[in-house]
Amino acid sequence: MSVLMSLFSRKERRLREAGWGWTLFAGIISLIYFFPVLWIIMTAFKTRADALATPPVFFFTPTLDNFVAVFYRVAQTGSGEAIGTGMGGFFFNSIFVASAGVFLALIIGTLASYGFSRYPLKGNDTYLFVVLTTRMLPPIIVIIPIFLMFRMAGLSGSYIGVILLYAAFNLPFSIWMMKSFFDELSPDVEDSARMDGSSEFGVFFKMCIPQLKAGLAATAVFAVILTWNEFLFALLLTSTDTRTVPVAMARTIGGEIGVEWGLLAAIITLFLIPVFGVTYLLQNHLLRGVTFGTIKK
Amino acid sequence: MRDFWQWMFSPSRRGPMLIAPALIMLFVMNIFPLMWSFGLSFFHYKASSIRPPTFAGLYYYEKVLTDPVVWERMQTTALIVAMSVLLQLVIGFALAMMFEKKFPLRREILMLVLTPMMLSFVAVGVFFKLFYEPTFGLLSQAYSYFSGEPLTLLATQWGAVWGIVIADAWMWSPFVMLLVLAGLVSVPDYLYEAAEVDRASKWKRFTTVTFPYVRGLLLLALLFRTIETFKIFDVVYLITNGGPGTSTETIAVYVYRVAFQFFKTSQSSALSYILLFIVIVLTNLYLYFVKKRGEEG
Repeated sequence: MSVLMSLFSRKERRLREAGWGWTLFAGIISLIYFFPVLWIIMTAFKTRADALATPPVFFFTPTLDNFVAVFYRVAQTGSGEAIGTGMGGFFFNSIFVASAGVFLALIIGTLASYGFSRYPLKGNDTYLFVVLTTRMLPPIIVIIPIFLMFRMAGLSGSYIGVILLYAAFNLPFSIWMMKSFFDELSPDVEDSARMDGSSEFGVFFKMCIPQLKAGLAATAVFAVILTWNEFLFALLLTSTDTRTVPVAMARTIGGEIGVEWGLLAAIITLFLIPVFGVTYLLQNHLLRGVTFGTIKK
Repeated sequence: MRDFWQWMFSPSRRGPMLIAPALIMLFVMNIFPLMWSFGLSFFHYKASSIRPPTFAGLYYYEKVLTDPVVWERMQTTALIVAMSVLLQLVIGFALAMMFEKKFPLRREILMLVLTPMMLSFVAVGVFFKLFYEPTFGLLSQAYSYFSGEPLTLLATQWGAVWGIVIADAWMWSPFVMLLVLAGLVSVPDYLYEAAEVDRASKWKRFTTVTFPYVRGLLLLALLFRTIETFKIFDVVYLITNGGPGTSTETIAVYVYRVAFQFFKTSQSSALSYILLFIVIVLTNLYLYFVKKRGEEG
């Protein structure tokens, strides 16, 4: 936790003091901006009648039925016992696939960014450009051949396929992010450690990595969120067993029974919880994160 | 064998050794598939049939480049990109001005505005589909309350375009805000002090001090958002699915249809390469300005 807390500190120009009056003004504007999210969260706690009420209701008795319905539904036939909806499994898939993919990308990416930052080679600019371009491409371009390739290799619908794909998807981001963090460290300190007889492994693991804990945490968390939200790859390359939550969500609106808004809102609300935490903790690194490490501040 | 290890880990090979795993992974998961689809674009091939591919030469490129449908989709995409990015720049700038002050609870309030950017496209798509729902959607109800007429936003071409633009701009204005805010806090104090000594009016101060400082970042925001919005898929797919008719079908949605609904694999590959070219040009431009900004400051 202390790693994440250290992300708070950052130097800024002395901003003009504006006081509580401005808090009120900014608060109201921001609440209006935030309202769509708030409305969804409210909808998640409404009964079906309240959710579809005209005019819309702002005050209601909250219910947790929708959250239960995310995971269990009553059987249509027979004794009316509760059966799982499989949503728990989809949440597991989302978490598993995102963390495995990000973990892989982070290991390979950190090594590469160290190489890019400390051992400048002739073609480095070109490599870095190619790396970034693979991330900027419309995913639809990449997915067509990968879809064919995976089908041939028998990887489509399997965990390994999706994890490999997500590792590659996060790699450019990890490289650029971690490079921007490595660039901020002074190589002189590392050189003096080498003089003192520290091995290359020692320099990397004992000098650099401890200083970059915060950066690593920020990169990891960003990558997890990006992956967590990813839709197109998951839509085309997952099967029933490996399906992630965004795909399951999208399928809910496509259903024939009519959309269960309360249920959908409940899924979204559950899906939001990690996002809120991350946004709060990483506020100071958001800019770097959303520009893939190309802009620091 | 020992010689081999010594050769591989010699100091001069350290840089390449560090970046090699990353480049190999990107090659296998991104570049090789792209080359494959480049090859496919010169053959008659359908992913859904078992007939072996036959050579087609430049047939598909000619077909794609002269196809009026492609140009129509490009225009639709350009329209959505232009409207959405412009709106993002305006809203983002206004929000940044609001947060360029110090006031109590700034961090918490900022978070309300930053959340949309961290949401998944699917969640945003689903939210806004719900708001636009003609009978009980929030926006439709608000509209009919004030005007007395029902609102069926997604039924008309312009309404549907606006529906997508609003959702996308809502989601990404915070991104522009972050960039502009980074510019605003980096304006040196002495410039403002000088402006005060000269008794420059507020407007004058804005045009001569603030704006020139932020201009570079605004340009970066414009380019980055153009690249990203150019790929717009999930939101369109979920809110309008390209409708009414094909009036909001963006190029990414079109490629998706050609590749995965009509299974015209070669044609979609050829089309992909034209998109790839556009993205490479834009990314190059973006990095050029990132570099220029780094050299200036």
